[in-house]
Amino acid sequence: MSVERREARQPWILLSPALGAVTLLLFVPLLFIIVYSFWLRTASGADQVGFYLDNWHEALTDRFYRDILLSTLKIAAITTVVCAIAGYPAAYFIARSRGNKAILLLLLMLPFWISYIIRTMSWINILGVSGAFNTILIALGIIDQPIQMLYNQTTVILGLVHFLLPFMILNVFVSLEGIDVTLEDAAHSLGATRWQSFLEVTLPLSLPGLAAGGLLCFVLAAGTYITPLVLGGPRDAMFANLVFEAIITQLNWPLGSALSLMLLVVLGAIVLIYNRYLGMAQLMKGLG
Amino acid sequence: MDNTKRYERLRERYLNGGLERRTFLGLIGAAGLAYGVRTPFVREAFAATKQVRFDGWGGVVSEAFRKYAFDPYTAKTGIKVVDGTFGGADEYISRVKASQPGEYNIAHLSGVFDYARYVGLGLGSELNEANIPNLDNVIPKLVEVFRKVTDGKLSCVPYDYGTTGLAYNRKHISDDEMKEKGAKILIDDKYKGKIGGWSDWRTRIWFASLQTDQDPNNATDMDAVWNAIRKNRDLVLKYWTSGAELMSLLAEEEIYVTEGWSGRIFALQEQGHDIGYMDPPNGYGWQECLFVIKGSPMEACEELLNFMLAPETSIAVAEGQNYPPALDPNKVDLGKKIPTLPAFDPTGTLSGLTFANPTYWNGHEAEWSKEFGRIQKGY
Repeated sequence: MSVERREARQPWILLSPALGAVTLLLFVPLLFIIVYSFWLRTASGADQVGFYLDNWHEALTDRFYRDILLSTLKIAAITTVVCAIAGYPAAYFIARSRGNKAILLLLLMLPFWISYIIRTMSWINILGVSGAFNTILIALGIIDQPIQMLYNQTTVILGLVHFLLPFMILNVFVSLEGIDVTLEDAAHSLGATRWQSFLEVTLPLSLPGLAAGGLLCFVLAAGTYITPLVLGGPRDAMFANLVFEAIITQLNWPLGSALSLMLLVVLGAIVLIYNRYLGMAQLMKGLG
Repeated sequence: MDNTKRYERLRERYLNGGLERRTFLGLIGAAGLAYGVRTPFVREAFAATKQVRFDGWGGVVSEAFRKYAFDPYTAKTGIKVVDGTFGGADEYISRVKASQPGEYNIAHLSGVFDYARYVGLGLGSELNEANIPNLDNVIPKLVEVFRKVTDGKLSCVPYDYGTTGLAYNRKHISDDEMKEKGAKILIDDKYKGKIGGWSDWRTRIWFASLQTDQDPNNATDMDAVWNAIRKNRDLVLKYWTSGAELMSLLAEEEIYVTEGWSGRIFALQEQGHDIGYMDPPNGYGWQECLFVIKGSPMEACEELLNFMLAPETSIAVAEGQNYPPALDPNKVDLGKKIPTLPAFDPTGTLSGLTFANPTYWNGHEAEWSKEFGRIQKGY
């Protein structure tokens, strides 16, 4: 074998474990889901093998699914905006802090050491009728009766922000770290105020990080089902809850497959649009 | 011939020049690879006969099983019981459907409709009743309903029974008000935002049938039932999904009234919470069974079932989980606590309880579970 051919094969040999894992754990299951989406669920709960478009017809034409999908995208968008507003100042503070940056980053990562479900459920102890917040308000004499704060869309968004904020902060932080601080000094020397130099120099240069964080938050928020299940009320279901119900409660794996592919296509399209205009490089930096 | 002998013969052929060095090493390597690949699976296969997997409802129920049944059973037989939990039979059936035969063994199923459904999906097994002599102690009526589904055979043993009745906080709702309103209290505007409910389509339809004065096993006006469910949904703070969540919502006073499982409510009362419990007329009775799934190690499972049905184990578990055991009170002395449990029937006939008709409920399962899913979300 020639040296050139051997060298050409080397990257593929090195990549083969990763490619094998992706094929087995992602593409093959995805293929199963695609095939499943064309089957039917019989009245007894067993699957009827074949090529039927019924699930797709239902998923694409039924207003129920469209409305919940739109509601899910709305909740994900609000969550993303809140994460951006709350996360940017925090990321800026960490990026511009001197000496204690490592400790601040460690603090940022601390929540990941606790299960996402436990973190979500912790809000019940904070916002519940006999939770910390109501107890403090009653003790201070501000209210007589506890306020009902849980199990609505606001608490769902709160739970999602709690979960996703670190992803936003990390992405913006990486972006801010890459900006040469002397550019701000240069803006000052040309007469810009601190606020103007931030608006004209720092913010535009950090936008790729903000966008990458936004994409991550949006995609993760749109795909969640635990948060609405734990913190939502009867009307606060998100699209992933429909997938869960179709597959688990109704044992309708074919319809659940069609619904999950529908969500995948919508979120995939958003990722493609992002990649088309901003590229995935910044996202990789943030995740790294 | 053992492997050592095989190796010695191979080596001899190699040393005598009957095999090339490359072929010899290749065969040794292949044998090593085969052994390495085989060993973990063989060990797993042997281990499978040494353990039985049991899945149940979690919480106080699982604690009772672990303490009074599994640990003593393991100590006596050496067979380990791996216990898992589920939030409902629907969720569990998906897991079993996605598993390999033998991965899941015994499930604590609720209702004859679940039994019929699991058997209908080909998950049933056939118990050798000769290995379960303690089955003779069980209330005959409980056994017969299962036999009818599986042509006289059994794929499960009945284990306990209970009711899904109305649980209410006595600080806010009096016993008299509950008696007066019954199931209709769940659609009373007065308690908007303080009502809870199980997110189970059968339970919701059952109670909506009661609210619309219909037979829960034969509702004729389904529009009225769906409207009652919609009305309830608009007043509900939260549809709970597990017994633990039910207990938490009531104990924390997030809700004042909900339907609830008799044993869980009794557990709350034992903890000192002033929670009342009432079975309305035609309240939801159910019987639970220990279902052996197809592909399980039958003898080990039968031995566990027999152990669990032994009066001392069964009574201890019942006292722990607060549901009356399936043991016939006419044959077995059930002690002092069990007669005080909600839903307990001292006659052993269970004539006072209304159970779900499996044909009726399973016949509408696909359509009604889907419809409820939509209504639950505001449609």
